[in-house]
Amino acid sequence: MANRADLSETNYGNSARERWSNDVRRAAMRPTIGPTSRSWRVSVILLGLVVLAGILAWLYQLKHGLGSAGYNDQAFWAVYIADVIAFIGVSYGGAVISAILRLTGQSWRAPLTRLAEGTALITVLIGAMFIFPHLGRPERFWEILVYVNTSSPLFWDFIAIGTYVLATIIFFYLPLIPDLASVNKMLGSADRPMRYRTYRALSLNWIGNERQRRLLHGVMSLIALIIVPLAVSVHSVLSWAFATTSRPGWNESVFPPYFVIAALYSGTALVIVVAAAFRKGYHLERFLTKRHFVRLGYIMAALGLVYAYLTLADLLPDGYTGITAGWISQTVTGRYAIAFWVYVIVGEVLPVALVAIKRTRNIAGMTVASASVVIALWVKRIVIVLPSATQPLIASHWGTYHFTWVSITITLAGVAAIPLGLMILFRFIPVMSIDEMEEVGELGSTEQVSEHTIVAQELLSVGAHINGNGNGNGAHVPHVPKKEA
Amino acid sequence: MRRELPRRWYLVRKLSRNNKQVSTELSVIPAESFVSSLDKGDSSTRSGDLTESSSDKEYSRRNFLRIFATAAGAAVAVGSGIEMLSYRAYAQSQPTTNDWSGGGMTGSGVATMASTLAPPTHQWAMVIDLRNCDGCKSCTAACQKAHYLTPEQTWIDVFSLTDSVGKTYHLPRPCMQCENPPCLHVCPVHATFRQDQGIVLVDQDRCIGCRMCMAACPYEARYFNWNSGVKYPPLPVQPTPEFPVPQRLGTVGKCTFCVGNLNHGMLSECAAACQMGVIYNGDLKTDVAVNGMGTTVKLSKFLYDNDAVTYKPEQNTHPRVWYILGHGQNLTTDIASKS
Repeated sequence: MANRADLSETNYGNSARERWSNDVRRAAMRPTIGPTSRSWRVSVILLGLVVLAGILAWLYQLKHGLGSAGYNDQAFWAVYIADVIAFIGVSYGGAVISAILRLTGQSWRAPLTRLAEGTALITVLIGAMFIFPHLGRPERFWEILVYVNTSSPLFWDFIAIGTYVLATIIFFYLPLIPDLASVNKMLGSADRPMRYRTYRALSLNWIGNERQRRLLHGVMSLIALIIVPLAVSVHSVLSWAFATTSRPGWNESVFPPYFVIAALYSGTALVIVVAAAFRKGYHLERFLTKRHFVRLGYIMAALGLVYAYLTLADLLPDGYTGITAGWISQTVTGRYAIAFWVYVIVGEVLPVALVAIKRTRNIAGMTVASASVVIALWVKRIVIVLPSATQPLIASHWGTYHFTWVSITITLAGVAAIPLGLMILFRFIPVMSIDEMEEVGELGSTEQVSEHTIVAQELLSVGAHINGNGNGNGAHVPHVPKKEA
Repeated sequence: MRRELPRRWYLVRKLSRNNKQVSTELSVIPAESFVSSLDKGDSSTRSGDLTESSSDKEYSRRNFLRIFATAAGAAVAVGSGIEMLSYRAYAQSQPTTNDWSGGGMTGSGVATMASTLAPPTHQWAMVIDLRNCDGCKSCTAACQKAHYLTPEQTWIDVFSLTDSVGKTYHLPRPCMQCENPPCLHVCPVHATFRQDQGIVLVDQDRCIGCRMCMAACPYEARYFNWNSGVKYPPLPVQPTPEFPVPQRLGTVGKCTFCVGNLNHGMLSECAAACQMGVIYNGDLKTDVAVNGMGTTVKLSKFLYDNDAVTYKPEQNTHPRVWYILGHGQNLTTDIASKS
């Protein structure tokens, strides 16, 4: 209780820093503590229905076999493995962006890190889930750990993805510790006691003293250092599942960096999309500004150019040798040409142009650019998987893969699970890292309090009043600073 | 059911290890000469045969402990039948390189083998004489009938090739039973293994259906069970890796060389069905090969005299299938198509 008393006396003063901190807390915690909005509930239900449809489609596929998802002996790997790469790929982007910005001490990262890490966490879990529809016998998945074959790339995929999932959870959890303590101060023990106790346990008695801060900083720097090479290794190992086969188009030495850069490129793009969506939906306009989007857009465009270079490095030499020329011609001018040129136009030319042209270098422009990158890079993964899988190794008869309602529904369920997972996640934890915002965040102008913020403040204080009444341990009612006339 | 399966499988193998049993079975088949050649096989490569019957009894007792100790890891033992374990450990101890002409019996393989169990009596191989193949696909049909395969599952497929002067010839393609099998190296759960007679088999009760092996196989010899609803008649036995019928949904299957047939003195279904005598079942240890017409040849001489080649030797897979080509034919450069 003493802490809370301290908080109310010291934290809500009149200095610019304190007013800023007050606004940050309110904006970050409103979706967590305040009542859910109608649009939130509708969105969750709609997205949940899509995910449910995907699960039902998967059950159908389990009963009827992978053939119902369009697979056949000449298209033995197709959409699901592309989904695994795409989802785990976007996860790396979120984690690495956050880790690198942290390590290089970029203070503008503060409102972005939680969104980036949350995206990383949700997408890596979805990506890992996509291994199950990919397998013909998902119920035997445990055998990978029991009948270990260390020469199989898939065993190392399992180890790498497992390690990465663990690291992502830790990386997400560590900056959360101070925030959980903050939420608890806001929440009070009477209001939802289960939640209070869970947060208290998870916040590890965080009081924010010097020793705790030093420890947390040390551990966070360490995990940020670990997660960068870990992310590189995971996508490298994933690429070796392809590159260790003798199939032309997959057996490429460029594959590991090719996959890593694709992951970072699409991951940065997804962070921008998520930031744009939550900026609008969760009223973070004051904190996520044009500057954030443009800077992330620069990073994305740079990664996009590296990826274009690696694509050229992958394709060009293969076009000159007999054994791989068939694969190249099918990709660039043949049956996969549409998908390939969609990647080139929508995934490279358009986003880089949107970043390069000054007129479009704004929030809307960056959002369009990043959304097109996310979609085009999924298409690119299909272009990586299918041509080599469907190419004949003996005869000249190419295989075909047709999307079916099963594979489309399951893939869409994965897509819907990203916003669904994030919305549920940020129902329980603050959408911005409060601690980081207070510590390194660059002060916005306290004068520019938007109408949304005012409404949010009122909602919050009303909710806190109701919940806190009639109890000595009532929730702390935040002081609402009057908007200066 | 999972616990019973390896035991039954072992019993089948034990039967076939007994020389007498093999002989009686062999005398049934029309190719008498194949039998006599088998019995007269080169003694220098059959050193283990004399002790075969006595060591057989000790197979599951004394040797088990040794095998257990040398097993790659304790994890492998979990959930795996005892016989299955020893079988796998042995199959994996087989040398994978430098043995492709010696039938897996050379170098360190001998030492490893001596410490575990008696050497196998046979090292199965196949010779396909393309000069006589007319592309009738009766091998494919017989294989599909015997294994209740779907029309797409062509465990032995026949391709049409066009040689340098535009003449068409035909290429039957079974599983190559590679001595250095890429599919085996990439299987994450050891569902694909190589048994002691050199046959690469799939344990469909272990396969997780990841299809990594299909990606790795340079011969497109693996076929997945994509769809449920394949009809099987009531069968007297449970599926084994040697005879995976009925196949399990969501697992991979491939040509087994009909190794159950071979060990019981019968030809593989494809060889028996071939009216042109194209497909020979051979044994590297006894150095004999015989086709469905009853033609028996000395394997090594037959291969040497006819300039036999393996398919895609550049893949370093060391196939146990040899092809005899007609004049001007080249498997690497001739254009193939589905026939």
